[in-house]
Amino acid sequence: MRLKNLESELQVVAGFDKPKIQLEQYCTTPHLAARMLYTAHTVYDDIESKVIADLGCGCGILSIAANLLDSNYNLALDIDNDALQIAKENCSEFEVDVEFILADLISTSTDHLQNKVDTIVMNPPFGTKNNEGIDIIFLKKAIEIATTSVYSLHKSSTREYIREKAKNWGVECEVLAEMKFDIPMMYKIHKKKSVDIEVDFIRFAKKSF
Amino acid sequence: MLQCHVKGCNSNNFPLQLSDVEIEIQETDFNPKFLRNMLSKLEWNALVKTALEINITTLPNVLPNDLDEEFLKMLHRVLLETHIKQGQMICPNCNHTYPIKDGIPNMLLSETET
Repeated sequence: MRLKNLESELQVVAGFDKPKIQLEQYCTTPHLAARMLYTAHTVYDDIESKVIADLGCGCGILSIAANLLDSNYNLALDIDNDALQIAKENCSEFEVDVEFILADLISTSTDHLQNKVDTIVMNPPFGTKNNEGIDIIFLKKAIEIATTSVYSLHKSSTREYIREKAKNWGVECEVLAEMKFDIPMMYKIHKKKSVDIEVDFIRFAKKSF
Repeated sequence: MLQCHVKGCNSNNFPLQLSDVEIEIQETDFNPKFLRNMLSKLEWNALVKTALEINITTLPNVLPNDLDEEFLKMLHRVLLETHIKQGQMICPNCNHTYPIKDGIPNMLLSETET
């Protein structure tokens, strides 16, 4: 499948009905989701026939994109049941199979997921507002679970900090692209119609591979 | 793959026991290469035990050396086509119950349990 086909297929993925600001719920745009998965697939061969997980899956767009690129088994976690219901709807529209788990990543033990998941593709909360540090919690968990690699989006302003963390955890960290995340006005506190946030698309790789 | 994470419940908490389950079979494409890969990642004893709880008796106690097509097809059915629609998962140690609703296991705990 070509990149533009992937992006256009993803246009119909439904977003949040009532996004929850405390969970930083922004649906990953089809533009970003398509580029993330397409790169992971064509450059690194990390998707086809692999076990893929998405931490904080929201509406499930990344899992759907992975499925369209022939991932073999998809696992998606989120703390919000409303989001999972939308994600489930989306998956049945696309006729793709994803296993959902309603869980709080902070308190849930993920020991038994280790060694079972090849690749994690996620768009974690950025750790703004009252969630400071949650981006790093997601990333650390993802790196613990994934056998091969983790693809994630982080605010470009945190790049050096993330690099330092990756170094401490002993994983390779490569910024694959700097992208713009166009967040439409969804919450009352937003004053502008939409705002572009600069994000880094990063691949973290376990060094044994 | 899920274990209990109630605070202080640290041993004998895997696998969670299934109870009152409603099963649904959804057919999907058979991919022997993927299954062979997946086998090395599985905790076989936990899988056999869990399968027995939902009356799947086709899995051998010991993983066979010879992975023929018949075996892989059977594994495919158990791993990829058998979905739990409703039910409960119970921790064998502390008896905490995690509900499964519409195919989604709920691992959230109330604030006093974390």
